[in-house]
Amino acid sequence: MNFREYKIGSRFFALALGGSMTITLLMPSFDINHVNATEVAMDKQLWAGAESGFNLDDPFLLGWHKPLKVLLKADPKTGQPMEPTYAYVYEKGTTLPGGILHPDNLGGIAKQLSLEKGRIKEADKNVGAVFLVKADEQKRYYIENATATMGWTPEAVEKTAGDANTLHAAAGKTLFVREGCWWCHTLLPEQTQDWQVFGAPPMLGDFNGESPTAFGSDRKAPDLLHVGSRNASKEWMMLHFFNPRLVQPHSIMPRFDYLWGPVDANGKKIDFPKWRAEYNEYREGKRVTPPEVPMYARNSEIRNLIDFVLTLK
Amino acid sequence: MLKYLMAKNEDIPSGSAAVYFGFSAITWFVIGTGLGAFNAAKLAFPDFVTGLEFLSFGHMRQVHVHAVIFGWISQAFAMAMMYITPALGNTKLWSEKLGIWNVILWNIGLSLGLTVLWFGMTSGREYSDFPWFIDLYIATFIFIPLGINVWMTIINRRTQGIYTTNWFFAAATFMVIIVFIVGNLPEFFHLTGLTEAYLTWWFAHNVLGLWITPVAAAIAYYTIPKVTGNPLYSHRIGHLHFWSVVVFYSTPAAHHLMSAPLPEWLKSFASVEGVLILVPAIAFVSNILLTMQGKWNMFVENLEVRFTVTGCLMAIPLNMQGGFQQTRAINWYIHGTGWIVAHAHLALLGFSTFLEVAAVYLGLQTILKRKLYSLTLGNIHFWLLLIGFTTYWVSMTIAGLIQGAGKIYEVPYIDVVIAEHPYMIARWIGGSLVFTGNCFWLYNMWMTARTGTVIPEGRMPHELAYER
Ligand code: HEM
Ligand code: HEM
Repeated sequence: MNFREYKIGSRFFALALGGSMTITLLMPSFDINHVNATEVAMDKQLWAGAESGFNLDDPFLLGWHKPLKVLLKADPKTGQPMEPTYAYVYEKGTTLPGGILHPDNLGGIAKQLSLEKGRIKEADKNVGAVFLVKADEQKRYYIENATATMGWTPEAVEKTAGDANTLHAAAGKTLFVREGCWWCHTLLPEQTQDWQVFGAPPMLGDFNGESPTAFGSDRKAPDLLHVGSRNASKEWMMLHFFNPRLVQPHSIMPRFDYLWGPVDANGKKIDFPKWRAEYNEYREGKRVTPPEVPMYARNSEIRNLIDFVLTLK
Repeated sequence: MLKYLMAKNEDIPSGSAAVYFGFSAITWFVIGTGLGAFNAAKLAFPDFVTGLEFLSFGHMRQVHVHAVIFGWISQAFAMAMMYITPALGNTKLWSEKLGIWNVILWNIGLSLGLTVLWFGMTSGREYSDFPWFIDLYIATFIFIPLGINVWMTIINRRTQGIYTTNWFFAAATFMVIIVFIVGNLPEFFHLTGLTEAYLTWWFAHNVLGLWITPVAAAIAYYTIPKVTGNPLYSHRIGHLHFWSVVVFYSTPAAHHLMSAPLPEWLKSFASVEGVLILVPAIAFVSNILLTMQGKWNMFVENLEVRFTVTGCLMAIPLNMQGGFQQTRAINWYIHGTGWIVAHAHLALLGFSTFLEVAAVYLGLQTILKRKLYSLTLGNIHFWLLLIGFTTYWVSMTIAGLIQGAGKIYEVPYIDVVIAEHPYMIARWIGGSLVFTGNCFWLYNMWMTARTGTVIPEGRMPHELAYER
């Protein structure tokens, strides 16, 4: 480096870059570390699972190894009716979410209660587990590992809930990421406006344990963070995903008919070219009604996506 | 080209790596803008190509962005480094062989990465969309070898001092490696929540600020003095530019998340630092424009100068826009609208692309020792790029303002979509012009390599009269 100036310069460069990283990475990390998980964050990380983007459990983003969110109306052990409760089912082999693996992520009292009352440290990926979000008498939320506290097994919970009460929301979020919905729809109502139409902006602790957060930065379509509260109709969602222009003629959203897969709910092959041809006739005014949208199969991808969208309350 | 992979370094003609990088970058530019125009068409006409998962907007958008950033922009940078760094050190590239391996590994990795993204295997994090194994590949086989070549060439230079351009090259290659490794920590170590969101934008911001912006500027510090024959107006201002980039541009990452619940001090800090980015911006633009003194005729007559100066002039609205759009007073209005998309293209398709195009034109002619095949095609390229880009920028800016108004008055969203439609079509037309211009460019450079007039030793391309 020959010149003394270059030696000094390199040191200053290290100092400048290091200083910048201290201010922009290290210091915020202290703040963000102290953010305690809210009830929303607990619910969200439990239904979305550890990771919705690329990961080794689900490298092709096909929704492998994802938890389920189920609505229980009876106790899975005794079969006695009970107050409807949401439970989060992690079958054997499903990676546990951040807050369970690292209770520090929950922070503060939630961490303490989840460890002591909720026994979350006893959850084991190799066995599977069922979780609940609970509140104590003082309305302090925590996560309970129902497998440890009540002996609920994933199989029993799934059986008791039944398919109609099972939401494949985690697999749906994977689709949200894979299909790039977030290039147009944000998941972040803004603090300065958006309250009336899109609902309240998220709070500080609402994201703990979530990955990816997929806020979105180029909004070309409505915010979806609370879409399930605005519109909870499965039928509307179904028409809208098959061809958005069936319910909103001016929409620029792409059609997601390919998520139906080859067959409909009755196992009948879906004839896409015929549907499109008939739709074009309808559009040109040669038909009075658009063609019927096929009911999707139980295990189709579109089911997961609709489950996800309806979970966004 | 393949025969050089195993050849001895001394046997590889100098400049080979730059030539391969140059053509590869142009090809990615054609592909990338083609994809951009395709995506624009989809936003304008939603039923254009429908029902195919892999041709849907959500699968193609990130392929466009990564093809242009890591294919076009970054390879054009590599091309410039491969010939400018040694030229300024009065020496040869440290290793042509490493350079050639770099081109090949870069293209393999990028093609793989884009395919993976195209299939939907994404981390779901904007700008760091590549899954972590591709990120590791990019750091290890793309940026580290590039950096080594640049640093070793500078260390082995045969001049006493180091010229401005080379400080920038050396520092930016180093910084981009750090940014890649640190910015992807959420994927390597599975960080979640706000940490993940913030690091995503720390990465995005710093790839723009510590890689694209300084390298593009550094290129102009070479091309303008070299082609006009004027010495750089001021080295001191160059210093100011360099240090203010490192200090100010590396800090305001949080201005991308002004509406997220991040710590308030961080957002305010980012807002102030963001305005301070005007320091390097003004330093750079004034330095280049003052270097032009007495040679303004070349702005009209010379293609490389015209591209570079146009790029510099675009840096003015770009940075003014940047500085004020990230204050809280403005950001709430235009955040997440087409305004930002226009800003992003003013930065990448305007400012930085125009500077790189000049470097690629100049570099390929100098190394191949052949004068540009057709000046007419070159001029057509310039005007198609400029008109196409301007159409894009104006239409998206208007669309963004409409969207902003719709947003703050909470107009039903569909009305915003309807109001934006004409501008979406205009953007598509603008994009198609850019794409067409680039096809001409590829042809022109190919013909230059084949049949361009030979430039005698020791002459600059523009010193020769056109025979055609
Ligand atoms: C004074 C200088 C600049 C400032 C303060 C600035 C500020 C900003 C801000 C605040 C945003 C995000 C706006 C939002 O989402 O609400 C943004 C977006 C962007 N900027 Fe700049 N900018 C500057 C210059 C540049 C330059 C020089 C480049 C690249 C060469 C650039 C490239 C981009 C890109 C690509 C985006 C889009 C990010 C996205 O996807 O949302 N900017 N800029
Ligand atoms: C033919 C010209 C081009 C067209 C038609 C085009 C079109 C598009 C479209 C439609 C989008 C999606 C915007 C959105 O989601 O709202 C986009 C995003 C983007 N493009 Fe281009 N593009 C072109 C050239 C380029 C070039 C040359 C670059 C860089 C060198 C570039 C960089 C980007 C970036 C960084 C984004 C993300 C913007 C953001 O998130 O704000 N584009 N482009």
